[in-house]
Amino acid sequence: MDTSADRIADVWGSRTPYEPGTPWPSRTDTHLAAGLGEQDVERWVQAASLLHSNGDAMDIAVREGRMVGVRGRAADRVNRGRLGPKDLYGWQANASPDRLTRPLVREDGRLVECDWDTAMDRITSRTRRLLDDKGPGSIGFHTSGQLFLEEYYTLAVLARAGLGTNHLDGNTRLCTATAAEALKETFGCDGQPGSYEDIDHADTVALFGHNMAETQTVLWMRLLDRMEGADPPRLVCVDPRHTPVARRADVHLAPRAGTNVALLNALLHEIIRTGRVDRAYLDAHTVGFDELAAIVAECTPGWAAGICDVPTAQIERAAEILGGAERLLSTVLQGVYQSHQATAAAVQVNNLHLIRGMLGRPGCGLLQMNGQPSAENTRECGADGDLPGFRNWQNEEHVAELAAVWNVTPQTIAHYAPPTHAMQIFRYAEQGSIGMLWITGTNPAVSLPELSRVRSILAQEHLFVIVQDLFLTETAQLADVVLPAATWGEKTGTLTNADRTVHLAEKAVDPPGEARPDLDILLDFAARMDFRDKDGGPLITWHDPESAFAAWQRCSAGRPCDYSGLSYDRLRGGSGIQWPCTDEAPDGTARLYTDGIDFAHPDVCESYGRDLVTGASVEPVEYWALNPDGKAVLKAAEYLPPHEDTSSDHPLQLITGRTVYHFHTRTKTARAPELNAAAPDVWAEMSPAEASAQGLADGDLVQITTPRGAVRARLRTTAIRDGMVFLPFHYGYWDTPAGHHPPDDRPGRAANETTVTDWDPASKQPLFKTGAARVTLVSRRPTDTAARTDTTGSGS
Amino acid sequence: MSGIGITLRLLHDGERDLEQDLLAAAARHRTDHEFHHVALDVARWSREHATRLADAGRDHGLALSGPRDHPSPGGLAALRAKASEALGRRPENGLLLLHDLRDLHLAAARNSLHWEMLAQAAQATRDERLLTLTGGCHPQTLRQLRWTNTMVKILAPQLLTSV
Ligand code: SF4
Repeated sequence: MDTSADRIADVWGSRTPYEPGTPWPSRTDTHLAAGLGEQDVERWVQAASLLHSNGDAMDIAVREGRMVGVRGRAADRVNRGRLGPKDLYGWQANASPDRLTRPLVREDGRLVECDWDTAMDRITSRTRRLLDDKGPGSIGFHTSGQLFLEEYYTLAVLARAGLGTNHLDGNTRLCTATAAEALKETFGCDGQPGSYEDIDHADTVALFGHNMAETQTVLWMRLLDRMEGADPPRLVCVDPRHTPVARRADVHLAPRAGTNVALLNALLHEIIRTGRVDRAYLDAHTVGFDELAAIVAECTPGWAAGICDVPTAQIERAAEILGGAERLLSTVLQGVYQSHQATAAAVQVNNLHLIRGMLGRPGCGLLQMNGQPSAENTRECGADGDLPGFRNWQNEEHVAELAAVWNVTPQTIAHYAPPTHAMQIFRYAEQGSIGMLWITGTNPAVSLPELSRVRSILAQEHLFVIVQDLFLTETAQLADVVLPAATWGEKTGTLTNADRTVHLAEKAVDPPGEARPDLDILLDFAARMDFRDKDGGPLITWHDPESAFAAWQRCSAGRPCDYSGLSYDRLRGGSGIQWPCTDEAPDGTARLYTDGIDFAHPDVCESYGRDLVTGASVEPVEYWALNPDGKAVLKAAEYLPPHEDTSSDHPLQLITGRTVYHFHTRTKTARAPELNAAAPDVWAEMSPAEASAQGLADGDLVQITTPRGAVRARLRTTAIRDGMVFLPFHYGYWDTPAGHHPPDDRPGRAANETTVTDWDPASKQPLFKTGAARVTLVSRRPTDTAARTDTTGSGS
Repeated sequence: MSGIGITLRLLHDGERDLEQDLLAAAARHRTDHEFHHVALDVARWSREHATRLADAGRDHGLALSGPRDHPSPGGLAALRAKASEALGRRPENGLLLLHDLRDLHLAAARNSLHWEMLAQAAQATRDERLLTLTGGCHPQTLRQLRWTNTMVKILAPQLLTSV
């Protein structure tokens, strides 16, 4: 039991050390509203976290029809009872007084309350007009990593088969697209190879651009417990900042932003040079080794040291640890995914595991992490720029299969090109070819790069914007119709975390006012549009979460993400279960690829791959020639200099990131008092040496300027590479007088005012960690105050 | 001049031009961000090719100049960038992008065929240095080709039906 009063200061709580190969001990974390004890709780309702991708299982405490707290579920495989700060305190946001309780429509330029019929009529009449005048390509959807599986699947069916548009993606493009793409490039198919239990077995853990201590606090607790126990694993950390992970690492590499491929190629070079390659594994399970070896042949540690500005000896030392590991677990996150050459770098981590034969065995885990809680579901369900069930848009058989599941003709499903990704959807909206954009559960007016551009796109007269959310977010303020949605704890559904664990989250309390679950809203729209299948029956035959889940199970059957062995009943009461879960694997599947590479066969694979530099699609015939037996593909990549490098005008590298206390654009976390108080406003970080070189000091108010815009923030001097400035990206304007934009013509506080519009050509994930900026003084720190703010828990 | 020499010169000029065309198209389409950035990246390949072809030319008694010197981005480039941002809002700009992609594709196809000719001639004459050159460069030209083709495939359905 851990009920330590202040999990803001003590983020990870007390230790429960354990030895390799033994189960992780449980520890039940609880937090109840002030003055209440467990005896005051009338009901506990099962759920899982919606504030990060770890998938921590919890129960919601209910009293007199209201949420009054949470408790971790000790029986669950993911967290064994633990909860992080965002979960312990974040639930309070549900009861925030400024929740949206009625639909809003724009009248004479202002948003005014209305009833559901009025709002839905506006949406359907606009949809019909666009379909008639311009066709389905004029309608786009931008969804979230915050809905449930049932909602994404329904959205995918109504968009792809009901309307027939190719334009459906989510903000998960910002956080999980590279994970998915890297897995597709290497294994032909999405699907996380590893399992969190690999932490229990690993002798070496390598974290590539993954500040696990803050983005996955409970997984970090697990690793901390291993490190406090007997026979701890060795740790390799790649991060330009001295994060809590870096402080515990045996080797910490802090490269220049945008140079991950150079660093990883050098690590591969060393491992090959020192003969640490598992030949038998390579021969049995991979293609492409010769080309990889040829490309990294010249990538010596000395060469990489020059590019990455990391000492040669440190690169050699890291390679030695990775090369000597017997049970290697690697994790990858935004330091790779949101940086220059994102997919190319993430794929090199896959290559590391393949050449060392470190897959499919306990401790030999590969975790291409997710950012958003239900990001995995957007990928599976086809709500994020893929076809449902990891089906391949270039494979006519796959499209025909999907058409059969939906009982529509294959021509109904747009598959003339890859499903459109989020950044391109916004580009089409900018150019005017998309006339309606439906945004569910996310806030692009704060989260996308180059915000002045995003605001101007959303504000365009010809673009009809629908926003479905809990609060009047920055984005909702720009909408034509706003729909009040129910959220976690107010509706039922399933969500799947970064290690394929499916959890059920049940309704605990009623949503406020007239707010409705996203599923109900989507079903209502489908009914009003009267979508039909090819025999004239209703296209969407389900009516509630459980029947939607059953429909998805039919769609997933036989595909890698097979849910056919699951049910709400099986998910109720015990632990979450990892897909694939079938009759043959009724308890789920801990690790993929235990017995070779299953999904890369040309007939099965989700993707034939892309050129990692240009993004060009590999054609089916090329893939057949390259990989007829469906092995893992070792894809090599050459290092390219970043697209935006520093200059005399903009001498510093700018990276953005997160803090442990906030999720995404703070829509919920800023409405939880403890979390908001822990990180109430934006700040900037620079190293003490860099700050003094620029004539700045800790606590000064500074301005961070790029060619796109400027942000003002208090400076914190922290342990971060020289030559770099860091900004947390969470902060927007809804809690400022201006509402959804910076105060007129003045610098703002949203980091994305400054970020560049550029994305990885393979994964299409925007690059938030490779820009150039200058930092100038606005005013000195007030001398009479201790301006220095606490820096625990700053950023990822 | 020998057949190989003529082809080296044609290809050298073709790679020089392609680099220039890629850079110009990148400047025209700043608000088509992926095109813009990738065009700059693959222009680098053509630049390297022109350098290597100029070196190879010396073996064959040719005086090839190599890639062009670039004028530093001055007033004209800034003007073009502004114009491109202003035009970026207009749907017709989408058509212009498609036409640029077509022209780039054709130019890369022409270069690719010249690489093919050189590689074949190198095989026949057992010219190892020329073989290394074509083996190193031709794959990148093919990647330029696949890229322009993919971009046309993705953009055409939206851009041709919306104007
Ligand atoms: S903050 Fe970024 S990385 Fe994290 S979940 Fe949101 S989009 Fe993903």
